[in-house]
Amino acid sequence: MAKLKLALYWASSCGGCEIAQLQIGDKILKLAEVADIVFWPVAIDAKYKDVEAMPEKSIDVCLFNGAIRTSEQEHMAKMLREKSKVLIAYGACAYGGGIPGLGNMFNRELIFERAYLETQSTDNKEKILPQTKYKVPEGELTIPEFYDTVKTLSQTVDIDYVIPGCPPEARTTWLALEALIESKLPPKGTVITHNAKAVCDDCPRKRDVKKVKKFYRTFEIMPDPEICLLEQGLLCAGIATRGGCEAPCPQANMPCTGCYGPVDGVIDQGAHFLSAVASVIDSNDPDEIQRIIDDIYDPVGTFYRYSLPDSLLRRAKIK
Amino acid sequence: MKKITIDPITRLEGHGKIEIFLNDAGEVENSYFQVPELRGFEKFCEGRLAEDMPQITQRICGVCPEAHHMASTKTLDDLFHVDPPSPAKKLRELFYSAFYVTDHTTHFYILAGPDFVMGPEAPVAERNILGVIAKVGLELGGAVINARMKNHRIIHMLGGRAVHPVFGLPGGVSKGLNEEERKEVEQIAKDSVEFAQLSLKVFDDIVLKNKEYVDMIVSDAYTHNTYYMGMVDEKNRTNFYDGEVRVVDPDGKEFAKYAPREYLDHVAEHVEPWSYMKFPYLKKIGWKGFVDGKDSGVFRATPLSRLNAADGMATPLAQEAYEKFYSTLGGKPVHHTLATHWARLVELLYAAERLLELSKDTEITSPNIRTIPTAKPDEGVGIVEAPRGTLTHHYVTGDQESQPDCGYC
Repeated sequence: MAKLKLALYWASSCGGCEIAQLQIGDKILKLAEVADIVFWPVAIDAKYKDVEAMPEKSIDVCLFNGAIRTSEQEHMAKMLREKSKVLIAYGACAYGGGIPGLGNMFNRELIFERAYLETQSTDNKEKILPQTKYKVPEGELTIPEFYDTVKTLSQTVDIDYVIPGCPPEARTTWLALEALIESKLPPKGTVITHNAKAVCDDCPRKRDVKKVKKFYRTFEIMPDPEICLLEQGLLCAGIATRGGCEAPCPQANMPCTGCYGPVDGVIDQGAHFLSAVASVIDSNDPDEIQRIIDDIYDPVGTFYRYSLPDSLLRRAKIK
Repeated sequence: MKKITIDPITRLEGHGKIEIFLNDAGEVENSYFQVPELRGFEKFCEGRLAEDMPQITQRICGVCPEAHHMASTKTLDDLFHVDPPSPAKKLRELFYSAFYVTDHTTHFYILAGPDFVMGPEAPVAERNILGVIAKVGLELGGAVINARMKNHRIIHMLGGRAVHPVFGLPGGVSKGLNEEERKEVEQIAKDSVEFAQLSLKVFDDIVLKNKEYVDMIVSDAYTHNTYYMGMVDEKNRTNFYDGEVRVVDPDGKEFAKYAPREYLDHVAEHVEPWSYMKFPYLKKIGWKGFVDGKDSGVFRATPLSRLNAADGMATPLAQEAYEKFYSTLGGKPVHHTLATHWARLVELLYAAERLLELSKDTEITSPNIRTIPTAKPDEGVGIVEAPRGTLTHHYVTGDQESQPDCGYC
């Protein structure tokens, strides 16, 4: 049997997905037996021009991580779609926009001002900002355009599957790779995990009645190690987040922050989380309810930590 | 003018492009290293909760998330004016030492190793980790995979997750170690010390015994006389987790030593219109362009820099390796960029030895791992040594919000 041709790419991301791919450990040797990796910037030396020269659909599978924040990332998404039979959104940024998606609270101008003009460590009296084209004595230099809005991979090109997580746990990655190797791929559009239900399903903490009189910030309390964190007033996203990760964060005494994205059938993870939180508030008195929700200081960062670009909100309005 | 484009730069964490301009004689006229992206953490962290910074800012770099997580957590200690209990500090440093073992292993064998092990003339298709494993054999290849996996197991044990951990809180950590886990850590640490020694031997056999490579390391093309930065303990020995930042000049003399809160007196960032990345430099000397030497504010912050900026290593085997490094390369400071890989292995040994020391510390299984902060947060700075350089986080809070100001690694 001919070896599978595999490509792995990163767009607006952090490299954590690459480390997550290496987390499959010695299975990487098994992977090497059945697949040739034709493009993987973090680990092999193939260049953009090599990908450009590949025929259409000559890559069997491409794992694409990272959101689409620049023109180069958009171009690479389109090129890899054209060259790949199967294109998989790998990780929270490609899937929902991820942490870089929080940039949709602002736009290019505001981000540039902060990064290049206002930060205390920056010395930039000439108010220089990055330019897509710039003439230097030897010729012209170019850098990609930085867009106002972060997009997900599926908002940019047609995708076949999703492997969720920030980054995906090794078991989730291997679940997908095994399906690929054995040609047992699920129906197009499937979000590949061990569990399509909520993280709570994976979580060993005891659940009883969720009634909350006060929400706490993580540094304010030392939670009981056995009991559901949401019941203890910590804003745990496990209730509105797809499982399959085995609930590692709650097991380290910290709330789930939602990186595996929405459970099956939910379009807007943040709205789902928000409605779940609203339903556990133990009061019918409007003033008391107001006091309780006043303790939620950062709704966007809490409910849409990894999914703002993919949500119904998409981005903040900038005047 | 002819142009050679290397796009993207590969076997590196992050995005980069190199443009090389050749003149009519075919000689390099100038070259540019460009970073083609920005994500904007400086802006979108505004409005987020301060205590979420360790988890948000580590997404700056998923290869070294533990560095951002730790710099951020230390910044929160400063911001909330809280001193973590001693066992919490030791657990953080133990975690951080395990991380250094994984990261230096990844960098040496997976990112940089192919250049040395396969050699500069090897076919492109073989210049990668699979080529390295094919050449050095499954035994060493397996040891590399094993060292990474075992130390990621420690990161997972304490941090909750192997990539993007969650355990950092102002005033401590969310999870400790029990005796059973401690024993496992101790065994992993012992294996890691052996693995680090083996790695130094591999470097000795493959690189130092090969004249072609040694000539390349000490050649002019790979030599720059710059300032060097690195964090040191009270005896001026390398420390990754805590201490003061020391800067030495190109002659190796101490130029500055500063506490985290003084960082703005010492470093600044320069902006060029052709890259999204800013260029840090020594403020007291100033930005003089892309030149080396004593009059230029350009400094390096790398494994090589940390060794140059320190007077020695705090563990015995690493100290021996440090002494061999300088006696072989002709004394301090070493200006040869490619020697950074060797310096990285000296640090790998230090990290493994430190991990072993901490795994045997009597406080390491203490349940006293958190102090709940009670003071009002206002402003904080925290510094750690990330594997690829000194990393500073700086946050200012408003009534409820945080505004991280600067983070680079």
